[in-house]
Amino acid sequence: MYRIKEKKILAENTVLLRITAPEIAKKARAGNFVMLRIDEKGERIPLTIVDYDKDTITLIFLVVGRTTDDLLKLNEGDSILDVVGPLGNAIDVEKYGKVVFVGGGLGIAAIYPQLKTLKKLNKIISIIGARTDKHLFLVDEIKENSNETIICTDDGSLGRKGFVTEALKDLIENEKIDRVVAIGPPVMMKAVSDVTRNKKIKTIASINTIMVDGIGMCGSCRVKVKDEIKFACVDGPEFDAHDIDWDEFLKRNSRYKEEEHECMLSKK
Amino acid sequence: MGNKEQKQKEQNPEERIHNFNEVSFSYTKEQAVKEAKRCLQCKVPLCEIGCPAGISIKKFIKHIADEEFDLALKVILEKNSLPGVCGRVCPAEDNCMKMCVSRPKININLLERFVADNSKKIVAEVKKNKGKIAVIGSGPAGLACSSDLALMGYDVVLFEALHIAGGVLSYGIPEFRLPKKIVNNEVEYIKNLGIKIKLNSVVGKTFDLKEILNEYDAVFISTGAGLPYFLGIDGENLNNVYSANEFLSRNNLMKSYKFPEYKTPLKKSRKTVVIGGGNVAIDAARTARRLGSEVVVVYRRSKNEIPAREQEIKHAEEEGIEFVFLANPLRILGKEDVEGVECIRMSLGEQDDSGRRRPLPIKNSEFRIDCGQVIVAIGQGPNPLIQKTINLNTGKKGNIIVNEKYETSIEKIYAGGDITSGSATVINAIRDGKTAAKQIDEMLKKRRK
Repeated sequence: MYRIKEKKILAENTVLLRITAPEIAKKARAGNFVMLRIDEKGERIPLTIVDYDKDTITLIFLVVGRTTDDLLKLNEGDSILDVVGPLGNAIDVEKYGKVVFVGGGLGIAAIYPQLKTLKKLNKIISIIGARTDKHLFLVDEIKENSNETIICTDDGSLGRKGFVTEALKDLIENEKIDRVVAIGPPVMMKAVSDVTRNKKIKTIASINTIMVDGIGMCGSCRVKVKDEIKFACVDGPEFDAHDIDWDEFLKRNSRYKEEEHECMLSKK
Repeated sequence: MGNKEQKQKEQNPEERIHNFNEVSFSYTKEQAVKEAKRCLQCKVPLCEIGCPAGISIKKFIKHIADEEFDLALKVILEKNSLPGVCGRVCPAEDNCMKMCVSRPKININLLERFVADNSKKIVAEVKKNKGKIAVIGSGPAGLACSSDLALMGYDVVLFEALHIAGGVLSYGIPEFRLPKKIVNNEVEYIKNLGIKIKLNSVVGKTFDLKEILNEYDAVFISTGAGLPYFLGIDGENLNNVYSANEFLSRNNLMKSYKFPEYKTPLKKSRKTVVIGGGNVAIDAARTARRLGSEVVVVYRRSKNEIPAREQEIKHAEEEGIEFVFLANPLRILGKEDVEGVECIRMSLGEQDDSGRRRPLPIKNSEFRIDCGQVIVAIGQGPNPLIQKTINLNTGKKGNIIVNEKYETSIEKIYAGGDITSGSATVINAIRDGKTAAKQIDEMLKKRRK
């Protein structure tokens, strides 16, 4: 059992949980994720490790379906039945130069540990975006750990009006960028990869696929990268964005839409 | 005459394709005693030579004949901690029963199952003062190794990556062939032997093998063959193409056949094509059947070469599963979701390295099977996680290489089961686990001197 030490509502439908899991915390690095199962009948879902200290790991999730809805109902002091990790590959900590992090929606949570880890060796520019200012979170934390931060909202309620890709386009027109890391909704990551392709800027995407075990045993998370089948759980979750077959990925990632709906309806 | 073979009762096919309950029933007491009494009690029991776990078969059968069922179980448990599992899934026809001289042969596995299901397991109290061993992976090899070591007096910690113990017994083999209650029951017995099972513990991720090696006197790696192979043909990433591992894990481990009560979904399809001919393929086919699908199994060789157990094929056929032999898939058809499989007819040529005749495509014999779901069950490879974190000698397929003593290339690290062999049977994994336990004990005995 893994106890919830802290719960915070960060933004609309966006929740932070700090969970006591010393064994995972000890090994966690930026880029890793955990699989969790709330209870005996629960699904196993992957969530990025956003932060960690000696005994706890921090997870942030968006309430989008049955499992995250159930997760929302848990409070400080409650426990989650299973949490396993840290899974996936940690990021490579290197000197790249000028690195742009693009975080859209929940992706903001996933870029945070990465930019925090890379800031010592690199100049960090963060572009974060959400629908409205009510959907933005971790803004101060991102600002504190970036040399420059650009905020975008679809409705212009905070920062630039428009998509993160527009801000990125302007940026790469005017500055030499050495690396882009994009994490967010698949359509956003695909759009970012299109923007940087012509400029030949190394672009990394961290993909959030549908997983069952998270340790390389089922292939549910398989994705075509440079015409090769890769398992996001053990070979990723980060890949070169220009090598990912985005169209196939988009189709695969929405394959349980009807069942998700049915599962929500079954709730009493 | 009392030499009539006792037949196992089964759920009839029309009924069982609508449920996930066990297909075959345990012998009744009367049946078990009758079957046991048929045993010739040979002077030299050849059956025991055939048993990879080395069970004293003659002795336990005698106890059943004498209606001393608890004693029968005690005899089995001396050698095998998983009698309920083995009584169900061990291919006895290729092991003990192959050697049996009675005609008809004694159904040794069904007798083992009877005592496992009907007698109380008595836990032997053993002082744990010989050393500390880490076993990685709680499938059949790991469970067998752990329990033997515990009975020898070692303190054993068993690391399991998933949220439940049992490995393939839990995520792979379906409920209707091996009820999870039976697996849990055997795991409970093994825990009662004093073994500590650490769930949600991925060695290579949550724990470092090197750290473990410093803390323990020896390590046994039994992480199994859980890496699904894909065909590498067009359309394989279409929606509703599953590896057998995914399909079975969703059902067995996550119980998606009880969706939405259990929250892991599985697509339902009117028609399913399963590719492959092993026991895993048949398990997947029979699972899909129970979920309401018509099922076609496509296998590239003929019925004579099919690797699945005869009993499984028979059960599948009774359940209305269609077999297309001598056919191989060329591509999976569809735009977003699967719409069909294009196959080609095969003929058998010369013998290949496996000793079986090599299947060869027949020109211009392409044909199409319409379906909404494809399950790829062409085999599994060794789980690669641990090998990525430590420099162990591995084979071409990523399997850990061991010598006849089950020693790996690193001192104090042993390995066995499917992680070394690729993909084999539960009973062979048990044999590996037991033999490795003996070898670990020998090694540590020498060190103690």
